[in-house]
Amino acid sequence: MHLESGDVDFELPPPMQEYRRQIKRIIAETVTPADIDLQHETGTFNCPALNRALAEHGLIERAVPGLGVGDPIELWMLFNELEKAAVPMDGLGVAVMIAGVVNHVGTEWQQEQILPSILGGEALVCMGLSEPDNGSDLASATTRAVRDGDGWVINGAKMWTTMAHAARWLVLLTRTDLDAPKHRGLTMFILPTDTPGITVEPVLTMGTERTNATFYDDVRVGDEWVLGDVNGGWQVLGVALAFERGVMGGTNPAVPLLRRFGAWARATGVVNDPITRERMARVAIDNEVAALLTQRTASIAARGGLPGLEGSMTKVFASEAYVKAAHWFQELAGPDGLLQLHEPGAAADGWIEADARHAPVTTIQGGTSEINRNNIAERHLGLPRSAGRE
Amino acid sequence: MSVDLELSDDQTLIRGLFTAFFAREAPTSVARASEPLGFDPVLWERIREIGAPGMGAPAVCGGGGAALGDLVVVTEALGRSIAPVPLVEHLVAARLLGTPDVVAGDVLATLAVRPATVRGRWRLVPAGAVGDVVVGLDGDELVSVRSTPPGKAPANHASAPLADRDARTGAREVIGTRAEFERARDEWKVLLAGALVGIASAALDLGVAYAKSRQQFGVPIGSFQAVQHGLADLPALVDGARLLAHKAAWAGERTEPGRCDADDNDVTDFSALASMAFLFATDAAARATDRSLHFHGGYGFSAEYDIQLYYRRARGWPLVLDDPGRECLRLADRLWGPPTGAAAMHAPGER
Repeated sequence: MHLESGDVDFELPPPMQEYRRQIKRIIAETVTPADIDLQHETGTFNCPALNRALAEHGLIERAVPGLGVGDPIELWMLFNELEKAAVPMDGLGVAVMIAGVVNHVGTEWQQEQILPSILGGEALVCMGLSEPDNGSDLASATTRAVRDGDGWVINGAKMWTTMAHAARWLVLLTRTDLDAPKHRGLTMFILPTDTPGITVEPVLTMGTERTNATFYDDVRVGDEWVLGDVNGGWQVLGVALAFERGVMGGTNPAVPLLRRFGAWARATGVVNDPITRERMARVAIDNEVAALLTQRTASIAARGGLPGLEGSMTKVFASEAYVKAAHWFQELAGPDGLLQLHEPGAAADGWIEADARHAPVTTIQGGTSEINRNNIAERHLGLPRSAGRE
Repeated sequence: MSVDLELSDDQTLIRGLFTAFFAREAPTSVARASEPLGFDPVLWERIREIGAPGMGAPAVCGGGGAALGDLVVVTEALGRSIAPVPLVEHLVAARLLGTPDVVAGDVLATLAVRPATVRGRWRLVPAGAVGDVVVGLDGDELVSVRSTPPGKAPANHASAPLADRDARTGAREVIGTRAEFERARDEWKVLLAGALVGIASAALDLGVAYAKSRQQFGVPIGSFQAVQHGLADLPALVDGARLLAHKAAWAGERTEPGRCDADDNDVTDFSALASMAFLFATDAAARATDRSLHFHGGYGFSAEYDIQLYYRRARGWPLVLDDPGRECLRLADRLWGPPTGAAAMHAPGER
């Protein structure tokens, strides 16, 4: 979808408004309250029926970075609508991002193997990047992939492999050269999750979402599963993160929070309290700013730029604002803000409490606020690299 | 600014012109020299020469007919230089008055952003110390009053040319209604938001430059993460405030009724966006100047360094309206309707 330059207009052009209405329609027709409850019971933030419905309308393919009709703009609009509606979307988010990576750096064979399953709304993808001892410092990954004839043998362990229990595909960051500088000895693989030697153990979280630890014991794979270049894993990761940060959800999480809190506050009369009103207004402002920053990020990508830094800025701003909002609203709800989903008397039927547990996750997952601030300080503000970092 | 959120070609041109103009005519030494009054008549003369005072007034009155978004670009450039001229107020007043002397800038016009007291007194009017014409609300009438300005201001935080003015003494003319006053005040909020974006952005640049050059423990202090992270939060605030000011300006030029759907994060109502832009830019300027000043160490609060000039204006320029918390309550009224029942007694208002 092309964005006209020149005219002053913050209103989306009619085709984009129609696209937005279509997404809203699909969500309304597909996702039931039971689906939304289910994600909180299972911890799997994914809605297969929604993914299939989006695929049937061609909307997943249209949104995939580099593949779609309008790519970054449609990608932003799709995930912004899903996020505002508070429907399960984490599974779809990773799948769409990795589809973009496969499209960008994958071989023709990989694209044939992998893309149809994602674009059809059938397959999810999980990412094995962090390890028990390497989180923010991803380049220190120690999971080993060793040459074995024409193929590879992989051994190691990964943490936070969210969706591994539900995904068909796994993206795996491995060390392939022990002698090279740490960023240059990494290789990315994309594998079927049912490859022998992979085991998945659940990791439960305060924020409801289930994630996993995954273990790799003599996992034997062919060369055809290397994603990007051998020892080029860091570059592949850069492509993935550039697609992820900023536009694929995570930038307007406080919109459903404000909507649910506001409905409860109106129903109870709490909305008449000036402290409540002031804070609701401040959250509405932050929501507006987060949306504008996200639209800006998407627009830079649409013009062919790589908006990594703008995405970092948006991610930090939006997730920190979400933490603040969830904290404020839980406090404003008083003891009712402590009660969990569907408990009698729970503020906003328990959604306030759920957000208060989920919000702290968002300033960590997908790059902590501190790592993003490092990037902004060094690459946007041009400050000298800090002591202690190579 | 277009839907891809970049400045239009015209706005880019305006930005270049005014950034160069203020850099040349109003380095911070001009703001410093203008204290304590906070007005430089020579700079105003330069502003007049380039036709800036009337650029937002309708073309039929001989004005430039510039859209609010173009004026936001101008006021951001002014804020970067903390230029001691009341261009924000004059631009808004000139759009209302449209008289040749105001459009030309031969007389200085300003806006009393708070209504007159029951005795007809406008308290601490921005540019009240120097404005020849004050436009403001008296009762339910929007009036313009021409009278001799006092030429001096009570000593104040921002070294701003504030002064009390009388709404009923002088050449008084009724020029509109309360609704038109509120519209003008919304425009003022948006243009001031632009100026505050300029302050925030300049403060960030000062902080970054200082952190790169100041050495402690043998390294630039900008290599310490405590300093880096304090500065790294600021670009999102500056950029976000700028985007929001431009969105509000865009909404102010629309003829269609705006939307106020905070539930879907879909707000295009001018008055709501004007409040949002004002509040967010106020916060951005406060935080950027606060952190930048702090990272200057002792030099931050020494009179010799510029950051303290920005710090005081970041607070002084917006506070002439009201406590930002009360402005939040007005925004809440706009978004969700006024409060009901006993709590309504605590809500602010001018009724």
